[in-house]
Amino acid sequence: MHIQPLAEHALLVHWDNRIDPQLHDAVQALYRTLSATALPGLRDLLPAYASLTLVLDLDYFDREQPGADPLLVARNWVAAAVQAPVLGTIAIGRTVEIPVCYDGAFAPDLEVLAERAGLTAAEVVALHTGPTYRVYLIGFLPGFAYMGPVETRIAMPRLARPRGRVPAGSVGIAGAQTGIYPLASPGGWNLIGRTPLPLFDPQQPEPVLLRPGDQVRFRAINADAFHQIEQTL
Amino acid sequence: MSLLVQKSGLQDTVQDAGRWGYAHLGIHAAGAADPVALHVANLLVGNAPNTAALEMHFPAPHLRFEKPALFALAGADFRAELDGREVPVGTPVLATAGSTLVFRQHVRGMRAYLAVQGGFALESWLGSNSTDLLAGVGGLHGRALLADDRLPFRQTLSEAPLGNIIFPWSARVSDLYPAGSVFRFLPGPEYDLLDAASRERLATAEWRLSRQSNRMACAVEGPALALREQYELVSSAVLPGTVQVLPDGSMLLLLADCQTTGGYPRVAQVLAADLPGLAQHRPGDGFYFCPAQIEEAAAAARRQRMLLRRLGIGCAAAIMHHRLHRFSQR
Repeated sequence: MHIQPLAEHALLVHWDNRIDPQLHDAVQALYRTLSATALPGLRDLLPAYASLTLVLDLDYFDREQPGADPLLVARNWVAAAVQAPVLGTIAIGRTVEIPVCYDGAFAPDLEVLAERAGLTAAEVVALHTGPTYRVYLIGFLPGFAYMGPVETRIAMPRLARPRGRVPAGSVGIAGAQTGIYPLASPGGWNLIGRTPLPLFDPQQPEPVLLRPGDQVRFRAINADAFHQIEQTL
Repeated sequence: MSLLVQKSGLQDTVQDAGRWGYAHLGIHAAGAADPVALHVANLLVGNAPNTAALEMHFPAPHLRFEKPALFALAGADFRAELDGREVPVGTPVLATAGSTLVFRQHVRGMRAYLAVQGGFALESWLGSNSTDLLAGVGGLHGRALLADDRLPFRQTLSEAPLGNIIFPWSARVSDLYPAGSVFRFLPGPEYDLLDAASRERLATAEWRLSRQSNRMACAVEGPALALREQYELVSSAVLPGTVQVLPDGSMLLLLADCQTTGGYPRVAQVLAADLPGLAQHRPGDGFYFCPAQIEEAAAAARRQRMLLRRLGIGCAAAIMHHRLHRFSQR
């Protein structure tokens, strides 16, 4: 575990640069411990795959603890939380099935990805729908679930230049990660399909569909089924 | 009653100091791209510094005060005119009902802020009035303002001015921004992945912000940087001010509407004290990046907050003086 400032007002706790369920368990344990503790001056906690970032409210420290070094205070929070984690492991997540259409215009990068992987498009789809994925983090956009790892053969680096606009529901691959764009946005992932399910709805009391720890399976559907589901929602 | 948008600007959004505490759901803070200017505009009218204000780009909107209001502009200078009279940046103004505020010319900066005393009466989302343009929530209907939109005032002015009053003072803000066009950065977590020549280049080359920039990010134009080895980062936190290197060697500067996490190497983090200045830097104008240590960064941020507190005291005293002066005239 390595701790360093990300900014004057942010501390990065970094374990490693890999996707590993055990590292993710460690991130989640620290996240749960910190969020269960009253830590005035803490603005935000961002648990990721193998890192956790604490964002601090420097105005709070000016006001309430002038003279304190906020980054040092945050380091002490982390040290205390690591020493005395809250008990319990990550609750077993729900299993969520996500219907995905891997056809034509819904999958602009599927053919290129298949070619680079030396596979057919159908084989890529079979490999993508095969495993059950763990939700590692919600980040990048409201409700964007980072899942993985994908089968090694279909792992693919991000696009050299991000697209200006990726449609909502697009399912992508970046490295060994797979994810779903909850909103239309710029993005650099290889798009291999699209789901009609809303991943983010700000009008709902729970605006975000997936949570870290959830188990996700993708189910291939055709365009007709896509439009049918879209209409029923 | 309210502030009426007669003609919308390039991108006018309601922003406060941001929506904090939801990063774990992927919900970014948003908020003013230049938080210092938001703070200053609010201090000038006696508001709490994080009160929601109107953030404007150029071309800026045509606005009409349907009720009298005390307002102030801060940040960029778009040569504002209230019923034909020039309104300086950083000056409180008492506007009569029916007066019209227009912006004639892009003089300096990228983002202007208009705060009204008491703020705007808008519904908040997750505790903030900031417009989240990506999610389409917050601010007014989750979008940039359009013609005929109304921003209702939260507070009715007790005094009804007979004519517009431009107060005879203005806030001195030059110390709040970096002098010149050098912006300091902390080495980012992936800084060491840059090869030696690229680290040198980052600190010495002249850079420009691309015209293709928005509240989310700004492409940084200049020589390409190279990593020592191809690197695929497992997504981790990014912040406004984070500078990422894309696979083609170009850089991307993240701003207020940036995502919560990213996968491109974070080679630099612009100092919190310097980022407002960079958010006001005009695309096409050259600038330099200069490396700094965390101690210098923390001290610069502390100094900036101290200057803002001092300005707040000055503004409060000026408002008090104005009230006493009016009282003695009666």
